[in-house]
Formats: sequence, structure tokens, C-alpha cells
Amino acid sequence: MATIRIPPVLRPSVGGVKEVDADGENVGAVLRSLADQHPATQTQIFADGGDLNRYVNVYLNDEDVRVLKGLDTPVGGADVLVILPAMAGG
Amino acid sequence: MSPSGAEFIRQIKSQIAQVDPGEVHEALSDSNGGGPIALIDVRESEEVQRGLIPGAKHVPRGHLESRIEGAVPDRSQHVVIYCASGNRSALAAKTLGELGYENVESMTGGYTLWKDRGYKVEVPKVMTAEQRERYSRHMLVPEIGAEGQQKMLDAKVLLLGAGGLGSPTALYLAAAGIGTIGIVDDDVVDLSNLQRQVIHTTDRIGTPKVDSAQEAMNAINPDVNVVKYETRLDASNIMEIIEGYDVIVDGVDNFPTRYLLNDASVRLKIPVVSASILGFDGQLSVFAPYEGPCYRCLYPVPPPAELAPSCGANGVLGVLPGTMGLLQATEVVKLITGAGEPLVGRLLLYEALGATFTELKVRRDPDCAICSREPDEISDEELGVFPDYEAFCAAAG
Repeated sequence: MATIRIPPVLRPSVGGVKEVDADGENVGAVLRSLADQHPATQTQIFADGGDLNRYVNVYLNDEDVRVLKGLDTPVGGADVLVILPAMAGG
Repeated sequence: MSPSGAEFIRQIKSQIAQVDPGEVHEALSDSNGGGPIALIDVRESEEVQRGLIPGAKHVPRGHLESRIEGAVPDRSQHVVIYCASGNRSALAAKTLGELGYENVESMTGGYTLWKDRGYKVEVPKVMTAEQRERYSRHMLVPEIGAEGQQKMLDAKVLLLGAGGLGSPTALYLAAAGIGTIGIVDDDVVDLSNLQRQVIHTTDRIGTPKVDSAQEAMNAINPDVNVVKYETRLDASNIMEIIEGYDVIVDGVDNFPTRYLLNDASVRLKIPVVSASILGFDGQLSVFAPYEGPCYRCLYPVPPPAELAPSCGANGVLGVLPGTMGLLQATEVVKLITGAGEPLVGRLLLYEALGATFTELKVRRDPDCAICSREPDEISDEELGVFPDYEAFCAAAG
């Protein structure tokens, strides 16, 4: 089971926690599992066609999944997914 | 019987490698003054102040053992040492050999012969006695030293915003002796700012932030030339304001300005030290145009307004901009002095509640809307524009 780090803006959608564990053999499956557990995250993460929203960056450990195999990138049980939105506060 | 001083030096010279100034001149010309040769001047400070060979690092012979590793960390690098005439440099070369430096030469005839041959020399800028005292703790750090301090005194840094992030950055950069600090902010000091914007004070509520910031910076360091821009950065003024600065520090509180700054700074090839904060979370990276990714490589488009709350709307831990602003100030000093590895191509996340730092890789996007193109291909009309820009700004108010 992989660990997903939840950014502050999405925490209200997952009950306020910083991390959620989710199953799945690849990045897409893990994130869909997150959306199944917490439906409010669905439209925040996924665009209509099922791809990642362009404004959401997802990292597998320290690497952007877009430079890996995107949603098809394999995920192991010890992996950490980081969901990272841009922030503008100064 | 003990040898005389002259005999001792003659013996040392027979044990080390020596090189003629002509060869050094040729090698430095081939490598544009930098490159594979580390040129070390081991004379005393008073001698160096009258002139030195361009590109040379000053490591007085009396401090050679303790400071050479800061100047030349790689013991396999080709090192050429010089003094005034070639005696002290011979002794220094012997010492470096004993310290494990593998390829060390002493320049025969030293600085005097170099100058007599008509090769180029330069007279270093001299700090006042007060400056030497003020910056003495920097001078002692091998990675900075007098050379790095002089670079800071000559540097021009622009701070966008005298708010949460800009406050600590401005204070520490002023203290560090950045020669010119520009500051852009059109706001006035408000009571609700003072929980985190430590450059301002209660008795300056209602004062323009640029004036309040200047007062605080010059109170710490009257040497700093503070250039005030009491305006909001927009497409009509950005090129004029940022041109000529060496480094820009981004601490603005909204996405449109962040994209605008990115595009303009890529066009002018000015590095940006960027941080953002919200709640207990901070992000930090250095965007060095064409060397590493730009802001748009990391975030091609901003999030919709409901996922992009501001500190004004959602709040921020007052200490957090202190942490992130000082990490920014540190990156500025590194960029200017050349010390260390700047946070280029890396994004640092700080989560204060868990006290964790996470580092993520940021790649250049070969299809980036801005930095995949040459600077002169980026038009005025494109600066700061992104899809749905008008709808975003309308929603963000």
C-alpha cells in the first residue's frame, strides 16, 4: 500500500489528514483509490477525460510522474506519492 | 650547520615545480581566466590591495594551511602559486605538496615579473576599515571571503514584496551587505501584517511599506542603496523595473504576478529565487533561465481560484515566512558569491507541523511555453499570460 501526501488545500477533502494510504499497481490506480475513498478529491485531481489536471503535479518519491510513465507509472508498497499544487502566498 | 635563509629557499625550490609567467599567461588566456588552473596569490593583504593577477584567489601564506581547502577543494586540480618574487610561493608550493595537492607550481619571478612583462593586472576594490569590521565574519568564511563580500557589495538584488517573505529577506540581505536592494510594493503597513512582517513596526502603521522597509534596512546597514518602487508590478512596468538586477527574489502573493515575473525574467535571463507559503507549508526553488527549469516548467498553469487560497483568506503561521524568506536570502547569497549548489532544478518543501523537509526534482520542460524559446521570441503581449487568465483573475478577485 502506497502513501499519498496530501497538500493543505486538499486536506479538507480527506478529513484533514496529511497522508492517506491507498492501494494500486500504478499511479493512476492509487489516485483513483484515493478518489474512491474521498470522492471530493476526484475533480481536484482528475480532468474530465481521466488524465491528471494540468495544475496538479504528482511525484513518485522525488520524481514528477510526467517524466516517468504518467498515470501508468508502477507503484510499490513502500513508495510515496506527493500531490503538489502551486501556491502563491507570500 | 643550519642553512641560511637563502640556502633554505634554494633547497626548497629544487624540490618543487616552478613555472614561467609566460606559460601561466598562455594557459589562463586559453581557459579565459578560469578553467583548470587555480591561481593562488599568497602575498599579504597590503600587497594585494596594490594589484593582483585577474582571476587569482588571495590566500595569505600565513593562512595557507587553514584556508586552501576553501579556495581549492580538489587536491588534483592544477594549482599555480605566486607571491611578489617567487620565494614565498616556493615555500607555499612545498606546503601544498605536503598537504596532498598533486599538481602544484610556483611562478618564478612572481607578481613583479608578471607585471614587468606587461601582462594584465587589476587593482581590487578596497573596503573601508568600517566595512572590513562590519563584514569580518563573512571574510573568515572561505566560501565567501573578501572576494565574495565584494561581489555582494557590487550586487543588485530586487525584492518583490515587502511582506511576509520580503521582510526577513530584506533585513538579512541588507545586513549581509548587498550593495543595491530594490523593493517593489504598493501597500501600506497594516496592523494585521505585524504578526509576520518583521521589517515593519507598530509606529509605522499606515506608512508605505517601501518607506518602512528602507528605514529598517538602512538602520541595520546605512551602506545599502535602497531603491523604492511604490507600485504594483504589471506588464506595463515589469521590464523597466527588473532590468539590470542580478537576482530577483519572488515573494509576491498572487499567481498573475508570478507568471508575469517568470516570463520577463526568462526574457532578461535573470535568476529568480522563488518561495511561496500557506498555512504551515512552504515551497522554495531557484529558477535560473536556460540553465534550469522555469516557473512554467514546474507549474504550466495555475490552479483554479478555489484551490489557490491566499494567506489573507486562509492564514499563515507567522514564523513560516521567516523560515522560507531566510532560505531565499541564503540562495541569493549563494548565487552572488558562487558558493555551494543553488536550488536549481530542485523544489524544497517545508512542512512546519511535521517539521519535515522534502526535496523534489524539477525538470526543464522541452515544450515549455516560455523557456523552450529564445528570449527575443517572447513578445510583450505574452508576458504573464496563461490560458483562462482573465477568468482566473476575475475569480480570484
